[in-house]
Amino acid sequence: MATAEQVAKEAERRDVRTRWLLSAPALIIIFLAATGPLLIVLVYSLLTPGAYGDVKWQFSPEAWLSVFMERDIFDDTLSLAAAHVTIFWRSIKLAIVTTIATLALGFPTAYFMATRSEKTRDIWLFLITIPFWTNLLIRTFAVLQIIRNEGIINTILIKLGIVSAPVQILFTDTAILIGMAYVYLPLMVLPIYASMEKLDFRLVEAGYDLYASRFQVLRRIIFPLVRPGVIAGSILVFIPAIGAYVTPSVLGGGKNMMLSNLIELQFGQGRNWPLGSALSITVMIIVMVALLAYVRNAGRAEVRHG
Amino acid sequence: MANFSIKHQPGFTAIAATCFVVLYLPIIVLVFYAFNAATSTSEWGGFSLKWFQSAWQNTQVIDATVRSFQIGSVAAVLATIAATMAALATTRTAAYPGLTFKYAAINQPLMVPEIVTGVALLIFFSRIKIFTGYSGLGYLIAAHTAFCIPFAYLPIRARLENMDLTLERAAADLYATPWRTFRRITLPLLWPGILAGLMLAFVISLDDVVITEFVKSGGQDTLPTYMLGQIRRGITPEINAISTVFLLLSVAIVTLFFFISRKRD
Repeated sequence: MATAEQVAKEAERRDVRTRWLLSAPALIIIFLAATGPLLIVLVYSLLTPGAYGDVKWQFSPEAWLSVFMERDIFDDTLSLAAAHVTIFWRSIKLAIVTTIATLALGFPTAYFMATRSEKTRDIWLFLITIPFWTNLLIRTFAVLQIIRNEGIINTILIKLGIVSAPVQILFTDTAILIGMAYVYLPLMVLPIYASMEKLDFRLVEAGYDLYASRFQVLRRIIFPLVRPGVIAGSILVFIPAIGAYVTPSVLGGGKNMMLSNLIELQFGQGRNWPLGSALSITVMIIVMVALLAYVRNAGRAEVRHG
Repeated sequence: MANFSIKHQPGFTAIAATCFVVLYLPIIVLVFYAFNAATSTSEWGGFSLKWFQSAWQNTQVIDATVRSFQIGSVAAVLATIAATMAALATTRTAAYPGLTFKYAAINQPLMVPEIVTGVALLIFFSRIKIFTGYSGLGYLIAAHTAFCIPFAYLPIRARLENMDLTLERAAADLYATPWRTFRRITLPLLWPGILAGLMLAFVISLDDVVITEFVKSGGQDTLPTYMLGQIRRGITPEINAISTVFLLLSVAIVTLFFFISRKRD
């Protein structure tokens, strides 16, 4: 005879087993078509490039060396690869500036939305959600039409007599920056809004009762309380921005490459799959560092307000 | 200080207004120029529907659209089924060994930049292509299903977590089998979440550029990758026309999604 305890244990075991079976399809699909192949990238980054793309199964650290270094073709000495360093720097710089720009615009927007009446809040939320779910390529294309030489901005500037010839914005870093800030803005607004919506305005009122200025209330009360949203928004913008592909391809032209374009090049004309793999893993590492910083920060924020 | 509002912050409303205008202005201009009769996108040549007509008669556009829908619908359905099962397995339970691992695994596609996943799949699938000789749409469907799962999972899990267990317990008390309970109680209650997940997955699949660009074989352009190719080559109002139709479709799906997920019972 099984005791009640044994029966309960057996039931629990069966429950856990069912739960594993139920989650198996999702886990298997993700492992086969998302996570697993990342391991192959790691292996490829340590091999020798094949003559027509792909690889030769021969170990070589060359790909990892050429992430930042280049070998002199005459005397084999290593020096810093200026082109790669420029692209890394541009990607990181543009991702950070995009994050700051979207924060500067998104924070007041989220605040504005959260301070509307209950009824109208949904409408504003809807208005910010629409661009969020519309195709990123189409939105990038929309920016392209605005900022190009014959676009609306230059037309207005010329008509007003501010400039005599169109200002070249397209195919510059500024164009990529404008485009990324534009397409990622909703990603910043939504999480900040989610935190802001829960904000208890009695605390703000208490601040004013104690003779705080508007700025002091913002800095000492509102900002610390919505910090988790700000951090989440920043991470949500930074990660796609550092690996952005569509925006730099469309708005940056051929010269202003970002990391993803450099990676694409290795799998196309460059025919250097190991280098492309090594670069991809480097991007992953940058993203993981950012995520770790996020997890630590979010943890700390919770401790403080929990 | 008669009208002192505790919610006021100087300049915030102006910035917010600017943001909303800036978010919509480029899209409005894009749609506006879709109705342009002129061949160039830089001047206004009067109202015309000719670019919609030309897009409609462009077999490449139609083929790409059909392909997008094929991949999107199959991937969305597969992803939603897998995500529903996974959500049932990971909610309404005490912590059990492997639960955290499952959360991490399911959300993993969201943590990796698309370019990296694209490259990884390019390498992996090119090996399989050589090995099996198969080069159909299966690869794109597999890739899309994988990155759609975390999106489908979100609303389904949210719905499940807010669901009451009482009805299911009552059914079990009345000797309903687990399957019958699921079929008659859980599934109908969960349905709005599943529908929201399905639509989200479909939109995500329809919008994808990067992973598709790396995974596709020759002649497997989806609408977004076709458009990217055209934009890189130079633009005609035809792209505006295609974008306009695409936008309308997205807005329709998002609106539907918004109302389904907002509806509380």
